[in-house]
Amino acid sequence: MITVKDLRLTFGKGTPLENPALRGLSLTVNQGEFVTVIGSNGAGKSTLLNALSGEVLVDSGRIEVDGVDVTRLSTHKRAGRVSRVFQDPLAGTCENLTIEENMSLAIKRGMRRGLGSAVKTRYRDRFREGLATLNLGLENRLGDKMGLLSGGQRQAVSLLMASLNPSSILLLDEHTAALDPRTAEFVLDLTKRIIHDQKKTALMVTHSMKQALEVGERTVMLHQGQVVFDIAGQEREGLTVSDLLKLFEKQRGIEVSDDSLLLG
Amino acid sequence: MLSEIALYGAFETGLIYGLVAFGIYLSFRVLDFPDLTVDGSFPLGAAVSAVMIINGWNPWLATGAAILAGMAAGAVTATLNVRLKILNLLASILTMIALYSVNLRIMGRPNIALLSEDTVLTPWYDLELAFHQVPVVLFFIVAVVVLILLWRFMESETGLAMRATGANPRMARAQGIATGWMIILGVALSNGLVALAGSLFAQSQGAADVTMGVGVIVVGLASLIGGEAVLAPRSVIRALLACIIGAILYRLAIALALNADFIGLKTQDLNLITAVLVTLAIVLPNARHSVKALFSRS
Repeated sequence: MITVKDLRLTFGKGTPLENPALRGLSLTVNQGEFVTVIGSNGAGKSTLLNALSGEVLVDSGRIEVDGVDVTRLSTHKRAGRVSRVFQDPLAGTCENLTIEENMSLAIKRGMRRGLGSAVKTRYRDRFREGLATLNLGLENRLGDKMGLLSGGQRQAVSLLMASLNPSSILLLDEHTAALDPRTAEFVLDLTKRIIHDQKKTALMVTHSMKQALEVGERTVMLHQGQVVFDIAGQEREGLTVSDLLKLFEKQRGIEVSDDSLLLG
Repeated sequence: MLSEIALYGAFETGLIYGLVAFGIYLSFRVLDFPDLTVDGSFPLGAAVSAVMIINGWNPWLATGAAILAGMAAGAVTATLNVRLKILNLLASILTMIALYSVNLRIMGRPNIALLSEDTVLTPWYDLELAFHQVPVVLFFIVAVVVLILLWRFMESETGLAMRATGANPRMARAQGIATGWMIILGVALSNGLVALAGSLFAQSQGAADVTMGVGVIVVGLASLIGGEAVLAPRSVIRALLACIIGAILYRLAIALALNADFIGLKTQDLNLITAVLVTLAIVLPNARHSVKALFSRS
């Protein structure tokens, strides 16, 4: 469960480039809920995820994960509760390390790391089992360098790594945006399966309004650092992209151009 | 050609610089942290152990103290970078400069002779070995022990976390790794190794000198890059072996260059030769590619 209250964050405070990214954003995501997040460029989507993961610390407001206040904790101290998949397929893994080394890093996420061997034999069976579900033949390539894999394969492994350990919440930052359409669909299906199987609380940022409506069970739209609307259940069923645009215009009383909201 | 003494001398110094190359591998390669502190931590190791030895301490204890002093110096550099946000290269230059004063303070004078003192080498001279073979045997054992320890460490959970910190800090943080502490630990270990090398160097050469650190970074880099050219560092163990091989090859190349009378090189040309060798080691692998490209295009 995620509870976010009145988050405020301004980049470059006191400079000519002052940019208020979050302006009193509040949001509650229930346990096991899969929420998609949309919004134009600069709406605060990525900043919200960065604030949740700890990559940026907010100026004011409160962030709770499962009732624990994490507002002031740095990224590595939250990592046990928060797992994340980045937009850039190269960002979530280390290309110079092998597949099994990358997964061994993830299996200890949020735990103490000692001087014991990093890649343990008993891990390998789990890794193979997990990789086999991807149907990419990676289960026989544990010792291969991550850099040898394609972007889609790396993103699939990143997802698997994010789900190796029980974490409270899963953050997905446009994690299919940099992939070709077929691979993107594969990674999206994998995402749905993992979230469903592990009953994860997940927040998925997407640029595609179509995807935002088709995936998950609730859609939140951000605009200028605030939640402008939040739909779920029956209200969300059967909603089309143009309905969504109209809803947005009605809410804000402003004209939305195709440039500011990318249609998918 | 090389005399036997010169050959053993090259191996002796090569093994010591292999330890320096380990340190530079840790900072430059594993952590992606260009660390020039080594020019100060090498004489620091020498200074600490020399002062302790002339005051009657056990030489191994003095060597251990040198390692700790080097680690402290590395920790200072890394803390300047991690906590005070000073650019890594600049932070290391600051510590290096500061260490020059510190080393003079520790020694109380610019150099300390150890010729008549008991060093870690002394008991080994009782063995059935030729005089010039003793340091090679002892330093080989030290290098192998350090190599195995370092290899095991790099393959441990903490070591893997350190490798991830250097390779992809954002991913490392997301996996719950305290990257700041990893950098401090890694740079400290790196300088501890270099101080160990400085300590052994002083004990085998019979003196610690405040200027003995000049250019250590370049020689260490030359060893590292040369070793990587010979043995592609596809795994940790290969990378560590490359450090030792590179350092020995480098010393052999220097010894050959200085011994070949027809070239006319003298000891004072050492730094120039080093710079040329490093340049060649960096440029040659690229040159090979461009030559290949030239042919594949036609």
